[in-house]
Amino acid sequence: MKDQADGYVTADGRQIGPVVMEMKNITLRFGGVEAIKDISLDIREGEIRAIIGPNGAGKSSMLNVISGFYVPQDGEVWYKGSRRAAMKPFQVAQQGIARTFQNIALFEGMSVLDNVMTGRLTHMETGLFWQSLWKGKAEREETANREVAEKIIDFLEIQAIRKTPVSRLSYGLKKRVELARALAAEPSILLLDEPMAGMNVEEKEDMSRFILDVNDEFGTTIVLIEHDMGVVMDLSDRVVVMDYGKKIGDGTPHEVRNNQDVIDAYLGVAHDD
Amino acid sequence: MAYKLVSADGPQSVPALLHRNAEQFANAPAYREKEFGIWQSWTWSQTRDEVEALALGLLELGAKEGDFIAIIGRNRPYLYWAMMAAEMVGAVPVPLYQDANAEEMAYVLDHCGARFVIAGDQEQVDKVLEVQDQLTQFERIIYLDPRGLRKYDHSALSQYSAVQDMGRKAKDKHVKELEARQAKLNYDSTGVMLYTSGTTGKPKGVVLSNRNIIETAKSSSEFDDLRQTDDILAYLPMAWVGDFIFSVGQAMWTGFCTNCPESADTMHVDLREIGPTYYFAPPRVFETQLTSVMIRMEDASRFKKWLFDRFMKVARKVGPAILDGKPVGLMDRLKYGLGELMIYGPLKNTLGLSRVRVGYTAGEAIGPEIFDFYRSLGINLKQLYGQTEATVFITAQPDGEVRSDTVGVTCPGVELKIADNGEVFYRSPGVFVEYYKNPESTKDTKDAEGWVATGDAGFIEESTGHLRIIDRAKDVGKMADGSLFAPKYVENKLKFFPNILEAVVFGNGRTECTAFINIDLTAVGNWAERNNIGYASYQELARHPLVMDQIQGHVEEVNASIAEDEMLSGCQVHRFVVLHKELDADDGELTRTRKVRRKVIGEKYDDIITALYDGSTSVSTVTEVTYEDGRKGSIAATLEVRDAKVFADNRKKAAA
Repeated sequence: MKDQADGYVTADGRQIGPVVMEMKNITLRFGGVEAIKDISLDIREGEIRAIIGPNGAGKSSMLNVISGFYVPQDGEVWYKGSRRAAMKPFQVAQQGIARTFQNIALFEGMSVLDNVMTGRLTHMETGLFWQSLWKGKAEREETANREVAEKIIDFLEIQAIRKTPVSRLSYGLKKRVELARALAAEPSILLLDEPMAGMNVEEKEDMSRFILDVNDEFGTTIVLIEHDMGVVMDLSDRVVVMDYGKKIGDGTPHEVRNNQDVIDAYLGVAHDD
Repeated sequence: MAYKLVSADGPQSVPALLHRNAEQFANAPAYREKEFGIWQSWTWSQTRDEVEALALGLLELGAKEGDFIAIIGRNRPYLYWAMMAAEMVGAVPVPLYQDANAEEMAYVLDHCGARFVIAGDQEQVDKVLEVQDQLTQFERIIYLDPRGLRKYDHSALSQYSAVQDMGRKAKDKHVKELEARQAKLNYDSTGVMLYTSGTTGKPKGVVLSNRNIIETAKSSSEFDDLRQTDDILAYLPMAWVGDFIFSVGQAMWTGFCTNCPESADTMHVDLREIGPTYYFAPPRVFETQLTSVMIRMEDASRFKKWLFDRFMKVARKVGPAILDGKPVGLMDRLKYGLGELMIYGPLKNTLGLSRVRVGYTAGEAIGPEIFDFYRSLGINLKQLYGQTEATVFITAQPDGEVRSDTVGVTCPGVELKIADNGEVFYRSPGVFVEYYKNPESTKDTKDAEGWVATGDAGFIEESTGHLRIIDRAKDVGKMADGSLFAPKYVENKLKFFPNILEAVVFGNGRTECTAFINIDLTAVGNWAERNNIGYASYQELARHPLVMDQIQGHVEEVNASIAEDEMLSGCQVHRFVVLHKELDADDGELTRTRKVRRKVIGEKYDDIITALYDGSTSVSTVTEVTYEDGRKGSIAATLEVRDAKVFADNRKKAAA
């Protein structure tokens, strides 16, 4: 079913589009260490794509390659129909890919609202001068951006902490604020690096619900790394499994679950090489 | 659309009041709701347009006269409008508790045979869809918040705004019909049906007529001089009669503005921003607020703490007297004025109670210290006594006659009588029509002359004419030696301690009383933090020996005070346990309005009760718990049973 080039409809009625990003034979080295070895994978528009694997498998590196933060030594990244060249960080943000971090990276002293507003930075056109005067276009622009930010705050149900400094929030809430900031950029692809690490069951359920809602409501393509197998299998449309920098499985949760290599990697067998 | 619905005797239905307000107060704010961080508001004339659009939409969907339309969700203007729209088309609005689980919801929806359900969000829609197979008359859900619902099968699902659009388009087609249906409404037609929380058995549908609603709203608004310019915050469950009368009945009658918070969590911020002039909260809310003030004062600098303590002493001494307009010395007045400037004013502002002109609490007994604290700050907090069957008001405290241990004098139009067993009966224009599809219970509760049994035991103070309530009539029992057993009376005394959240007292037909106690995690947790006591869970904190010592102290203090009371001295608590889990409505131990379900608790914790009476010093138990999503788990614990000191009856001793 998913072999159709222009997409398919999932069992729960979501429209999955054509391939939006394709990684071809990616190899990423840090000095002598090969973090990623000759991996190819594609991401379709509107899907939830999970990357799983044991610790040190190269998942976060892969996410950084997708975001454009790392440039692989070998291989090509095709994004929206063209080959992507090496980029500066601000160009990374402008391309419509937003992310959250494994270790929360928020502005601790700023309020939740201000943090979310920083996600709107790429959508601001007026310069420093007009913004400091806060007149005319700058004012209108901020109002429009605030509206977007407020809708996201409403969406993620964090109204009660709108004005609270981030440093006072619990871990689970910080994760949610990070998601809010990433969403504020109105990304077409959202990268989530272990969105549920360190959360309790209830927080995990909330976060899963939000991820599904984001995908459903905004049609955002989501790539996520997650250790909780239950979450991954329930949420994702397709799963890539990595081990020691190599791809050992790729397919629907059902296919991956029955893949012998994957079972070996997770249950642990002796590696000969 | 201008209707002539107001008869010579004034408006005869809730929609008629809406039309009156839309003409008379056209540009005054009727509803506000905070959304996207901004207070959105609707005037009375806009409100009428919105309600009419929905009513027309309901007609287009085929709503018939006499249909039942269930409304489930948190307090939002749209859902209040839904109630009015339902009545406009001749249907009966039935607001439901939003935290009810699917099973409870199925019972109520099936019992009233609701054809339409107007639901706030996906959570409520899911619950209704889950049980729709059990519902024979159910046809369609109208939902408010589309989030997460896009991919649902829309054959039996419509968005609220889409129904309104549909109504606006079909205006020409249905406008005559809508007018005709409204013209038929009168004092005797049903205004709303509210389900009781079901302390005992299945919930019962209380049918209230327009007469009940409007007469009660009118007399109570006059009693407290409510004004068109008043503001209230609507945050209590829409299914509760109080919210219906405050936010619909009185709001419609006087034309004041109903403000809805952004979400349940933002209630306190929203309260501050709105600064209501007319405010209702159950004792629990006032307790929580006071606890948090006290905890924060503990953390304040020494100077601030000193200032606070000093001025609170002044306030306690003269505050209530000033509020009641009694003579107070000049020096005290000056001190109080200074206190207002430095402490009371800012504190009231922080609490969001600066503008409160009329404040009420009811539902449970309120601790005298808590009650006096708010009154001493100059907040006109009063008590009332009421129930769903009376359309709230039975008795209320008039300004200037406020005490923490009475529930006030009879409201205008209400008659009271006390039966031989102490049960309170009343008769008033607010007395409900009937329990829906339950003539037997109706007959048991309301006699041919219109007297209604409250189920509460109490007496009228001869000197003041104020009513005092002791307990539920059926809970009042006898001890083995024949003396009076009033568990609620004792439980309330226990609960007045900030450390104790909930208490259940046993002893009917036995020789001595015993108690279950729930600690208050906020208060005890804060104390533990302050004293470097580490704990990982509620359970661990609850069994800590130092916590047990504190609770024992509280129990003994209560025993000492009960010993003073001639009638009830037999109710002293001899032995108690601190429970390993909080009593919870999800486990069926409390009602949705957080009243204790004695029978359920008695059966569920049978082993612990046995231990309380057989002299053992500890008991091991396993308890089943239900999580919010309906899954079940269990908690195992070993509880310590403690003996508390009891006191001899002082009066008997004096006589001997």
